[in-house]
Amino acid sequence: MAYDDALAKYEPVLGLETHVELGTRSKMFCSCATTFGAEPNTQVCPVCLALPGSLPVVNGTALESAIRLGLALNCSIASWCRFARKNYFYPDMPKNYQISQYDEPLCFDGHLDVVVDTPEGPREFRVEIERVHMEEDTGKTAHLGGATGRIHGAEYSIVDYNRAGIPLLEIVTKPIEHTGELAPLVARAYVTELRDLVRALGISDVRMEEGSLRCDVNVSLMPRGATEWGTRSETKNVNSLRSVERAVRYEIQRHAAVLDSGGRVVQETRHFQENTGGTVAGRSKEEAQDYRYFPDPDLVPVAPSAEWVEELRAGLPELPAAQRRRIKAEWNLSDEELRDLVNADAIGLVAATVDAGAPPAEARKWWLNELSRRATESEVELAALSITPAQVARVVELVAEGSLTNKLARQVIDGVLAGEGGPDEVVEARGLKVVNDDSALGAAVDQAIADNPDVAEKVRGGKIAAAGALVGAVMKATRGQADAGRARALILERLGVQG
Amino acid sequence: MNNDLIRLSAAELGAAIRAGQTSAVEATRAYLDRIAAVDGDVNAFLHVDDEVALEQARAVDARIAAGEETGPLAGVPVAHKDVFTTKDMPTTAASKILEGWRPPYDATVTERLRDAGLVILGKTNMDEFAMGSSTENSAYGPTRNPWDLDRIPGGSSGGSSAAVAAFEAPLATGTDTGGSIRQPAAVCGLVGAKPTYGGSSRYGLIAFASSLDTPGPFARNVLDAALLHEAFSGHDPRDSTSIDAPVPPVVEAARRADVAGLRIGIVREFSGEGYQAGVLQRFNEAVELLESMGAKVVEVSCPSFTTALPAYYLIAPSECSSNLARFDAMRYGLRVGDDGTRSAEEVMSLTRAEGFGPEVKRRIILGTYALSSGYYDAYYGSAQQVRTLIKRDFDAAFEHVDVLVSPTTPTTAFPLGERTDDPMAMYLADLCTIPTNLAGNAALSVPCGLAPEDGLPVGLQIMAPALADDRTYRVGAAVEAALRDAWGGELLAKNAYAV
Ligand SMILES: [Zn+2]
Repeated sequence: MAYDDALAKYEPVLGLETHVELGTRSKMFCSCATTFGAEPNTQVCPVCLALPGSLPVVNGTALESAIRLGLALNCSIASWCRFARKNYFYPDMPKNYQISQYDEPLCFDGHLDVVVDTPEGPREFRVEIERVHMEEDTGKTAHLGGATGRIHGAEYSIVDYNRAGIPLLEIVTKPIEHTGELAPLVARAYVTELRDLVRALGISDVRMEEGSLRCDVNVSLMPRGATEWGTRSETKNVNSLRSVERAVRYEIQRHAAVLDSGGRVVQETRHFQENTGGTVAGRSKEEAQDYRYFPDPDLVPVAPSAEWVEELRAGLPELPAAQRRRIKAEWNLSDEELRDLVNADAIGLVAATVDAGAPPAEARKWWLNELSRRATESEVELAALSITPAQVARVVELVAEGSLTNKLARQVIDGVLAGEGGPDEVVEARGLKVVNDDSALGAAVDQAIADNPDVAEKVRGGKIAAAGALVGAVMKATRGQADAGRARALILERLGVQG
Repeated sequence: MNNDLIRLSAAELGAAIRAGQTSAVEATRAYLDRIAAVDGDVNAFLHVDDEVALEQARAVDARIAAGEETGPLAGVPVAHKDVFTTKDMPTTAASKILEGWRPPYDATVTERLRDAGLVILGKTNMDEFAMGSSTENSAYGPTRNPWDLDRIPGGSSGGSSAAVAAFEAPLATGTDTGGSIRQPAAVCGLVGAKPTYGGSSRYGLIAFASSLDTPGPFARNVLDAALLHEAFSGHDPRDSTSIDAPVPPVVEAARRADVAGLRIGIVREFSGEGYQAGVLQRFNEAVELLESMGAKVVEVSCPSFTTALPAYYLIAPSECSSNLARFDAMRYGLRVGDDGTRSAEEVMSLTRAEGFGPEVKRRIILGTYALSSGYYDAYYGSAQQVRTLIKRDFDAAFEHVDVLVSPTTPTTAFPLGERTDDPMAMYLADLCTIPTNLAGNAALSVPCGLAPEDGLPVGLQIMAPALADDRTYRVGAAVEAALRDAWGGELLAKNAYAV
């Protein structure tokens, strides 16, 4: 069913459950390292392998990260809460239960404001947060030998437990209503804002391509004007911002088609298909498991003191929304300019570049144009480019002082991205410095005039446009490293003409 | 065989080794010879490796020779319950599912035994995963009571109690979840202590019921038990439920051994129907003895203690149903049916069906049911409320008395096979010991004579508040000293396997 037709008849209600892998150095309940991409089963110990007799101990940094995120999401922080065991059998879960939190989450009742662009201008939505709780990740299973890479038809499966026990935060929204046709954009804006918040807090670097932020997207529809919600589907493991938007859009259309044909939406788990943008049915909730939650007797209750919570609150950094407001005012940006920065995911990078000494306009220009293009070309996020805001600021500085032309600056950036070192090292190694030493430049100018007496005569005669040929000769002689403006001025000066 | 060494108490043996009158190696040899001579009758040990034991003994002798500051038990052999992980010996919890498993790590209790210079002779038999009161639930055959080989040695730590009673070890470790140290100590004529929950570490103790499991000592006398208690107890950062407080002064209390002015409460609910006459007779005599030594004895009512047994049989199975989920054939232990045609789930299922014994299965099923959604509040929830009531009864009692006393068990050792088909009758063996586990406080069982009708040992249970373990030792030592005079020596000297 066409999206607009679906929205004309139905009102969507959304719910988002987001898992963020924390960037702690050790796991949630043991001291194993958490380095991504290590050899399989090398970051394991008796605790995260669930060897008989081993016991969990809570990672204090993970607890602190959870509270800080809760505070940044305007949540209340529980003064006393417990971990619970979620019991189910699965080979990649060593204990066959997951330590999580059940009816006593650490953080609850918060909200996050997000902004969505509409043709009528930016519109703000408040997403209510139900809870933020701590849990541990599972291992990773690979199914080998079959044609599909899925469990059915595979000849055998192998499990890597390196990820087992990595700390996760689960952030659950309350039902998000009244978004209408903006539902997919609101979902995307929420996940984007949450990701930026997590990054600003420094609790995870959120590499979505490595699965360190994963989303479960719940969608239901009800006829316009109705008050009772429809049956929801839960689409699991939606792992990019674009996919979040697509999954919501697809599910709205799918539900509408089912309802329109007089069918009944089944409450079920679905899987998002990156290649098609659609979802396929997984396990039906009707046969869902009973997780037999109960408080984990191996762990003592978590009871953060009010003083500690206040200390953490006072130590929160500037959060993305506040940063946007400040930057818009300080840099005097229009709504559109701010939007471009936000859409390019560049705001933090530009701000850091400004902090490193670059003028805001220059910093914006380099990140939004040159660097965004490079990121797109190499299909990585802007933040994943191997150049730091400080390095960009240095390039801007070299251009401003006349040591680099824009063209040379782009070559310097090539060098930095290629891993040849910082801007100064690249300039040195590639010999890219602008020839602006007047004696060297003067010699080249004199040579050009001597080599082209006809042209020089024309210029003397008042045909100033002809000086371009002499500038070209100077640039050629200096292999492009001269400042063309300076060369032109010198030529006119030597020939006694006013420019 | 060196019976002179074997006859020494652990304290005396440790002193003799320190004084150079004998060595750890000599003591270890004496006990290994003893094991070789009698364990065929008793079946106390699941695993003994002479060379591994002697190697430890040689290392201790070297430490003593090097002038290292060693504790009072350095060089003294100990029998170690097979529920604690040991790097140099298999650890099975008497289950088929862990047959031959060699842990890559030592339990904290194991580590502390080694640090204190104790020599681990081998691993003792037990009810599978500590579930039982007779050691008949071992997958490796029952242990027999040295007082009468046709009778049970108690359980679940029956291998440990039988080993000490048959003079196969001067000391043994055990774990007490519902009475698994005190009950075997009582029926074998030994001293056994259940420390305050959290007073001794559970790290490396294969879990049965995490909120109840407590490692504790077995010995022939109170002072030896206190020395062993002190050697392995104390705060362990690897166990979150471990208490960060000094070990109560149990050794000092065992040496003090006086009860003048102490207020002692008799638990009214622990007598009457179901109690063997000879047990009550010896218990009453012990109480009179305490009174004659200057203690002030009063009767105390703890009405909720009568509901302890059903509450225990909901809480312990619930926790075990989750704790034992990790035995799934994936990472260690038995694996059944992995012939390349079966799924992981099928292999898990076949392995658990073959690897667990009937009592373990019974409790897993019971616990799974009690935690199920819709039943949780009625079963697990109510049981937790009972637990709170029991704590309150203890708190109220301890406002008026310093310790509570009762028979340790309602009857003396029953014949092998008598209760194996009647779980309820078997569960009654722990009637008097369970309240202490549910409340988390300290208790000790000390021999108080032989029942006239069957000539079998009777235990006196002394219960104290949490972290007041020293009181139980003080009272136990006083009773022991008075009775030793009356008996003309140790009660244990009267058993068929005395040396
Ligand atoms: Zn680990």
